[in-house]
Amino acid sequence: MMASKPKLHYPNGRGRMESVRWVLAAAGVEFDEDFLETKEQLQKLQDGNHLLFQQVPMVEIDGMKLVQTRSILHYIADKHHLFGKDLKERTLIDMYVEGTLDLLELIIMHPFLKPDDQQKEVVIMAQKAIIRYFPVFEKVLRGHGQRFLVGNQLSLADIILLQTILALEEKIPNILSAFPHLQGTKNATGCLPHIAEEDSFVNRSENVQGSCILICNLYLNTLLFE
Amino acid sequence: MEGKPVLHYFKARGRMESIRWFLAAAGVEFEEKFIETAEDLNKLKNDGSLMFKQVPMVEIDGMKLVQTRAILNYLSTKYNLYGKDTKERVLIDMYTEGVADVNEMMIRLPVCPRDQKEATIAKIKEKTTVHFLPAFEKVLSHGQDYLLGSKLCRADIHLVEILHYVEELDPSLLANYPLLRALKARVSNLPGLKKFLQPGGQRQPPTDEKMLEEARKVFKF
Repeated sequence: MMASKPKLHYPNGRGRMESVRWVLAAAGVEFDEDFLETKEQLQKLQDGNHLLFQQVPMVEIDGMKLVQTRSILHYIADKHHLFGKDLKERTLIDMYVEGTLDLLELIIMHPFLKPDDQQKEVVIMAQKAIIRYFPVFEKVLRGHGQRFLVGNQLSLADIILLQTILALEEKIPNILSAFPHLQGTKNATGCLPHIAEEDSFVNRSENVQGSCILICNLYLNTLLFE
Repeated sequence: MEGKPVLHYFKARGRMESIRWFLAAAGVEFEEKFIETAEDLNKLKNDGSLMFKQVPMVEIDGMKLVQTRAILNYLSTKYNLYGKDTKERVLIDMYTEGVADVNEMMIRLPVCPRDQKEATIAKIKEKTTVHFLPAFEKVLSHGQDYLLGSKLCRADIHLVEILHYVEELDPSLLANYPLLRALKARVSNLPGLKKFLQPGGQRQPPTDEKMLEEARKVFKF
């Protein structure tokens, strides 16, 4: 039986599904998307017991209905050898990913802040990136001189970091100016065939967030926020 | 050299408590170095012990692990409480993350502004009764002792920890969930947890105003 493509269930916007799209793309896995555009569609998923905690993201993959972003990311990373070669590498990748996800969380929540708070938040994001997170990864890369963060091969850590760097650059174009090694890894990871092809989602503009916000305001704020 | 894990954190629940619960349930003795002054924290930040200059941090097996999830993932693997294969692990991950969502709300509650406290508690109650408790009660309808069946895994420990907090918030919330109450009793009675939960055990009490004041001095928030 031919393996079917993973199917992603989420509104047509970045939110908490974007990291999943990135990892699938980096692994060279084609996927389908069932965009949630109405309250009724979400209700149908909930009533049909397709959502363990009645929330999205949800990804149908390998006969399972996976929920919770990190669970989905870990499953895909394991399956496609993006989680290091042993427990020590895996743990390093875990720490790097968790730190980066803390930073990415600010970006995910940004469209949902009041307009007055949004500009302030951009400053906070920039400070956190430049003071707390980027120096760590810059030092790691400078230390071993390799293109990727862990074990000289692409891992979940590089992919999530790239996603975060690009999202930050949209708001703060020169944010990597003091981090030459991060610029290097950005180019290395960004040039990987599957990511460089950039079919549908990587170039999705922020304007799509508008429709996302509309949907959220219609019903639950738990739709996007697990 | 196999020494005991050493936990670095404030003398409070916060983001370290789930790690304490896990180690206790796994029967692993651990030491704690409590951060009590701003100087304690600065020392850790300046000597390179904290990857992102944040706690929790756990010294174990020659490493200084940070980020609660990364720490728990490592410990769960080391102590064989992370399932036997990928399929079990992804199930455990989903359950664990569901618990973490509720725990996040519990962790933030003590620092919630007084005028928002009532609304926040209402939100926690809503989330637990609509999304959370029914989902886990349903999982346990398989009739076996633990979430995955006959064997304890990390998700049981994390879930029972949260059930204790839900009960602290409002005991009536657990009234309609007999299977969850049974799991709570079963897991709380594991030798390591029993000792942990008794007076004199390493479990931390709920965060009160006095503890918050102390924390503000150290963490400056």
